[in-house]
Amino acid sequence: MKLITAVIKPFKLDDVKEALKAAGVAGMTVTEVQGFGRQSGHTEVYRGAEYTVDFVPKVKLEILADDGAADTLADAIAAAAQTGKIGDGKLWITEVSGVQRIRTGERGADAI
Amino acid sequence: MDAGDAAWVLVSAALVLFMTPGLALFYGGMDRQRNVLNMLMMNFWCLLAVPVVWAIGGFSLAQVPFENDWIGGFDAVFLRGLGIEADGGAALLTALFLGMFAVITPALISGAVADRMKFSAWAIFVPVWLMLVFVPVFKWVYGGWLGQRGSLDFAGGTAIHVNAGIAALAAVLVLGKRRGWPAEGHPPHSMPLVMLGTGTLWFGWFGFNAGSALAANGTAIQAFSNTFLAAAAGGLAWALVERVKDGHITNLGAASGIVAGLVAITPGAGFVAGMAPIWIGLAAGVICAYAVSLKTRAGYDDALDVVGVHFVGGLVGSLAVGLFSEPEFFGTDVMAGVFHSGGWDLFLEQALANGVTIVYSFVVTGLIMLALKATVGVRVSEETEATGLDLAEHAETAYSTGTASLAGH
Repeated sequence: MKLITAVIKPFKLDDVKEALKAAGVAGMTVTEVQGFGRQSGHTEVYRGAEYTVDFVPKVKLEILADDGAADTLADAIAAAAQTGKIGDGKLWITEVSGVQRIRTGERGADAI
Repeated sequence: MDAGDAAWVLVSAALVLFMTPGLALFYGGMDRQRNVLNMLMMNFWCLLAVPVVWAIGGFSLAQVPFENDWIGGFDAVFLRGLGIEADGGAALLTALFLGMFAVITPALISGAVADRMKFSAWAIFVPVWLMLVFVPVFKWVYGGWLGQRGSLDFAGGTAIHVNAGIAALAAVLVLGKRRGWPAEGHPPHSMPLVMLGTGTLWFGWFGFNAGSALAANGTAIQAFSNTFLAAAAGGLAWALVERVKDGHITNLGAASGIVAGLVAITPGAGFVAGMAPIWIGLAAGVICAYAVSLKTRAGYDDALDVVGVHFVGGLVGSLAVGLFSEPEFFGTDVMAGVFHSGGWDLFLEQALANGVTIVYSFVVTGLIMLALKATVGVRVSEETEATGLDLAEHAETAYSTGTASLAGH
């Protein structure tokens, strides 16, 4: 069992969602987040005073996947989220030791 | 009194009242998210406390009798003598109209002390400042010794904006800087609120300036026109300065310029004509755009630039009356400005009236703040300043995203 976590540009969320649905993904969790990577923040000017905003808004997706499907899904996300410009984001895959569907109590692959 | 005059001044009074909520939004949007309700309440406190103080004795001491040199008297305390039988309500209407000005003047100061003043201290400051500073200065300028010497202030450049602006400086010098200022940035939390407040102020200012003719006549029409043009010119000037200096035309720059233009045309609204409001608005927009950066150089924390916009804009506009006053246009016998063959006499009177106001207001406001500091205290705790005044001082939150359960009522 794997957990794919992806931090992407907010305007790419729809494309990524469609790509994942096309790949057969049945559910995902989406969170609005802020952070910075190589794309640092931006500056704003109010009455001549310059302010730096360090954190950039991003969207974080979390998707549970079977061991065999994780890499394919990760590639689908990367392909859909890519613009080629700095700030496209990052994704990573982690090992998940257990999953349970709350309604039925199903465990493991059945719970995905 | 004439029905047309009564109708116009009544409407104008309502317009001026509407400026205080407008100012609250203008300041509130510039403030931070966690202090916006405190800022609104500081302004609304003026709407609650000042009318009562004005009715009890403020108006009487500020205006009745009009001829007194230094201070009015007690003839109109508790609204005595302001009936409708004798004069159709003309005196009562004047008291009401001026009462709206009394409301907004201390409210102007709130922008400077934002983010750190104890609300209890502000609650006392407002009525005390009104009686000790606003009332006497208002008397001197309108009917009193400064007015008698010939200085001109159509709708409150000296008596209101210079007065409140310099008081704001005295107040922040006693109050001290916000935590982390200026290194920690304090950018506006909601520019749309600032723009809404600016529009409200501009709208209300037509009552402020054109209503100050106290009649529905040609002077009111010219004051209306001046208010329209000076605000636009002020906004245009500030926006262009920013475009050249910082590279962008910003909402806050445009809004600040509009307010600077409005402040600057206030003293001359019924004394200048032709293109003068445009020159005055442009001058105020440019000068104020640079004046707001004085605070970081001089080290006083005037949070929302009350000094840079209201004091400086008011002073520019008041001195400009000494240049542009055109009594011939209005058919009055007030002093003419330098550009209308009046020589420098009026300019010097304007300088004197503002000089006196600056010294008196600065000293007395400073003393009021020192007295408050020694008694109830003027500053919130460090923790309150860090977590926000909305919750600590008012038990409210402006932008609630969570749920709450009823704990008792």
